[in-house]
Order: sequence, then C-alpha cells, then structure tokens
Amino acid sequence: MKKTAILETNSCVSCGCCEKSCPRDAIAVYNGIYAKVEQELCIGCGLCVKACPADIISLREVSSIG
Amino acid sequence: MAKKKNWYDYLWIASSFYILLGFFNILFAWVGLICFLVPFIMSLTGGKKGYCNRYCGRGQLFSILGKRFSKNLPIPKWLYSKWFRYGFLVFFMTMFANMVFSTYLVFSGVNTLREGVTLLWSFSLPWHFAASAAPIPDWIKQFAFGFYSLMLTSTLLGLVTMVLFRPRTWCVYCPMGTMTQLVCKAKYKD
Repeated sequence: MKKTAILETNSCVSCGCCEKSCPRDAIAVYNGIYAKVEQELCIGCGLCVKACPADIISLREVSSIG
Repeated sequence: MAKKKNWYDYLWIASSFYILLGFFNILFAWVGLICFLVPFIMSLTGGKKGYCNRYCGRGQLFSILGKRFSKNLPIPKWLYSKWFRYGFLVFFMTMFANMVFSTYLVFSGVNTLREGVTLLWSFSLPWHFAASAAPIPDWIKQFAFGFYSLMLTSTLLGLVTMVLFRPRTWCVYCPMGTMTQLVCKAKYKD
C-alpha cells in the first residue's frame, strides 16, 4: 500500500512550511489560499506532516495509482 | 535530499538583527515596516503568499530555533480556528491603529515623547537607553517606540508558542499571514 499526504483544506493557513519540507515538490500552496498535494508525486515520507504548524496534514494509505 | 539554499533562506539573520538593533537605536524599528508592507503589496499584486512561503525571516528564525527548543507538540485546535485567527488580526490591527494615534498625539503636540516599550500591550518597560538623539521630530521617534513594541511583542508570542508547540506555530495566527490569505481568498475566489 502506498502512503500519501492528505490535508484539511479548510483549516490550512497557507504558510508554506509543507512546501519547503517536501523533497519531491509534491505539495504547494495554491493561489495563496491552501496547500495542495500532487498524489502522483507524493512518496508519503511524512516530512510535511511534521512541518505543518497547524497539524492538518496526515498520511493515509491509498491503493497504488494505476 | 536537502534543497539548494537561496539568498532568501538567510533572511532570518536580518530578522535577528532587527530585534537586536532595537536595543541600541530605536529608529531602526522603522525598517520593520517592510514586514508589514511587502507581504501586503505582494498579495495584492499577484505575489500571493510568496512572502510567507519564501521571504519571512521571522518564520525562518522560528524554524531554526525550534529545532533545538521546540517541544514539537500538536497545537490546540482553537489556535488555528478561524475565529481566533481573524479575532487576533482585528485585535492586532486595532492596536496598530492605536499606536498610530499615539504618534499623531505627539505630532500634534498634545502628548510629549514617551521613551518606553510596551510588551504584550500591557507592560511598560523603560527604553531610554535606545532613544535617539537625532535632531528629528519626536513623532518619528514615538512611532519607532510604538512599532518596536508591536514587533517585540509578536516575536515574544512567537517564541513562546514555538517552545510550547511546533516551531512555526506563530505562522498559524500571524496577522500578516491571515491578512494576505484573506486577500488571496478575495482575489482568487473559485
């Protein structure tokens, strides 16, 4: 099972901490409003989970993308 | 894999110097207006939240200090709730307006210059050691004392929440961050 980052968009403060922490550039702040994860790029390393000051990112298992 | 560092990754040095310089000459406080104006102008002119995401030296400073001093505990939910973030923004801006009014009172001659810094909007500290002897109008000095009070207070709040929770907890309720996000929400509404 592949892991991927998932975030609560409504609570995102768009600080960009997750963006800086991601080694794959898989997460970025969209239009300054909230962060968005590119599922195809995300390797589920969890660095963004640790970096998020609001604790709104978590890792979920997803069936591998075909 | 570590990302390549850019010049703006070192802006935490400027932020540290800013706080230090306020102990030597209060007029340096004026430089802090950059942290107010640049994010706001950037958000209005298509730069979105680029200031928070790249150039915020204070955020970088909390990241660095947080590696050593933060307990790295989850923050309470109310701290990132909308009512708290927007409430803090309104409170902060009210205090800013109050400080501008105090400056006006000195400008108009109603009040005399008060060489002090107010921490957490409550505790007055004598700050005459950093007073400037420059032959400039008193209102310029009064604004510097008032603005430095705001900057020192917000740095202190950021440091306390950095220790108690995550390194960059300040970013969650930073008034400038909340304001620029509101600008982006208004500008780029789906």
